[in-house]
Amino acid sequence: MSQVNEQTRDLAAGAAPRRQRSAQSVEAATAYLFVTPATLLLFLLLLGPAASVIALSFTDWQFGSKTFEFVGFANYAEMFQDDVFWTSITNTLIYVSVVVVGSVSLGLMIAMLIESRRSFRRVWRTIYFLPVTATLVAMALVFEYILHPAFGPLNEFLGLFGVEGTNWLQNRSTALLTLCGIGIWQAVGFNMVLFLAGLTAIPTDLYDAVAIDGSDSTWDRFRIVVWPLLGPTTMFVVIISCIRSFQVFDTVKVLTDGGPNRATEVLLFTMFSEGFTYFRSGYAAALTTIFLIFVLILTLVQRISIEKRIHYG
Amino acid sequence: MISPRHTKLAIGGLRHLVLAIGAFVVLFPFIWMLSASFKPPSEIYTQDVQLIPIAWTLENYIRAFSAQPLGKYLLNGVIVTFGIFAFQVLFSLPCAFALAKLNFRGREVLFALIILGLLIPEYVISIPVFFMFFKVGLLNTFWSLIIPFWISAFGIFLMRQFFKTIPDDLLAAARLDGLSEIMIVWRIMAPLAVPAVMAFAIFSVVFHWNDFYWPLIMVNDAEIATPPLGIVLFSNAEAGNAVGPMMAAAVIITLPLVLLFLSMQRRFIEGLTIGSFK
Repeated sequence: MSQVNEQTRDLAAGAAPRRQRSAQSVEAATAYLFVTPATLLLFLLLLGPAASVIALSFTDWQFGSKTFEFVGFANYAEMFQDDVFWTSITNTLIYVSVVVVGSVSLGLMIAMLIESRRSFRRVWRTIYFLPVTATLVAMALVFEYILHPAFGPLNEFLGLFGVEGTNWLQNRSTALLTLCGIGIWQAVGFNMVLFLAGLTAIPTDLYDAVAIDGSDSTWDRFRIVVWPLLGPTTMFVVIISCIRSFQVFDTVKVLTDGGPNRATEVLLFTMFSEGFTYFRSGYAAALTTIFLIFVLILTLVQRISIEKRIHYG
Repeated sequence: MISPRHTKLAIGGLRHLVLAIGAFVVLFPFIWMLSASFKPPSEIYTQDVQLIPIAWTLENYIRAFSAQPLGKYLLNGVIVTFGIFAFQVLFSLPCAFALAKLNFRGREVLFALIILGLLIPEYVISIPVFFMFFKVGLLNTFWSLIIPFWISAFGIFLMRQFFKTIPDDLLAAARLDGLSEIMIVWRIMAPLAVPAVMAFAIFSVVFHWNDFYWPLIMVNDAEIATPPLGIVLFSNAEAGNAVGPMMAAAVIITLPLVLLFLSMQRRFIEGLTIGSFK
């Protein structure tokens, strides 16, 4: 390899400046050849559409109509006065909070339990990760059956303890929380894996040090070693979970269609209905823009937390 | 007296007990799905809940395939995921290579644009892209499911990071051997990039096999539905009267990825979580 290096250096040194420049322009030409297809597609399919969504949000365009006019912030004004929008935002925030708190705390607990001893680590990890890979829409239909008020096993099971179940997905007060449950079920394994990565990075001597100090209980290990060192990871997992759960759509569309009586109306579902059921494209674009702003803010916080993670180690 | 050894054993046992209870909750939907898919209607529409079928039957699987084009859904899923992934690699690899290893004006700007592209979920572009495909008459075709994902900012980013780690000496040597840049990309770089491409493959295939939103807006024809859309179309058509066949269909749709996951767990976990670190 070093010989090759010398050769290249000789070549470079021996080459006339003009040849060097032409070599450079050949390199640049090749580079443009390589990046042009991807760049064109990037503009055509990603950046262009994203920019036009923002532009569309200032128009009254309806899909199918040939003309449209710029209406300034009219769509946003309508949105902020619309109860459906605020219901949707509230439901989305409730969903995100419940799923994040549930899946992060359970994910951490399971990761710590798995990591605390050597036996069966892989088996447990595999089981808990399984829902992450499963097709959510198909599993949603399974949940629909499990939750069925007449012949689902859940209410049957609760009945054993004298608890009377309900029609979980059709009851205004339980529908959203039921979807949260499904969301947690799918997200726990994902968070567990992220925590496992964080936990293995903790040097084992630290546990020994705690043991020497005479505090060997799991709680002490957690309090003294794990939590301080896992803080940045936790921050990071929380934000990832926010971003992922913010995009809840599949279970809502398949199981409740936003109902009953808008109890499970979430942001993406509202956007979908306006854009692809009523074809009020300009208004849907305004909703999309709000969605995009949320995602951008969360991603910004994520970047900062990744930086922090790297600093802490 | 309780010795420390006993305490340790007890804690170890407690660990398995807690994990087992959690695992049962996590696995229950899978168990229930499998069990119901082998149950006759008389055991499904009943208050008397049994975890294991009493009279096993394959009837649900037969109906799952005959009452809807389930085989077609699976084939469509394969066509779409493969059509997306193959082109993603075709477009991403050279671009990632140029971003990592070649000098050209505008490189930093392009990389910044790729980073910007990373931030945009599919939902954001759906209205304009839907309109574009409507304009060119490609709604309700495979193209409308495949082409929008040919560009993957994440794929380019991931492979670019990977190419950055390959020493320049290797490139210089290949150039001295007279290889053209295109040959270098596909003969030397692509084989080296297999780990990164594999991680990306899992990310891409899992995402698009499971994706429901995009087929939902682009397609309304069962003939080109991918598995998630297909099973929902079936569920709507049957209006809850075919629980058994639906569970069978759910098993068939979920099985390919679950089996793939079980056979290559490390790669799967890496491929699915790597996106979080981008």
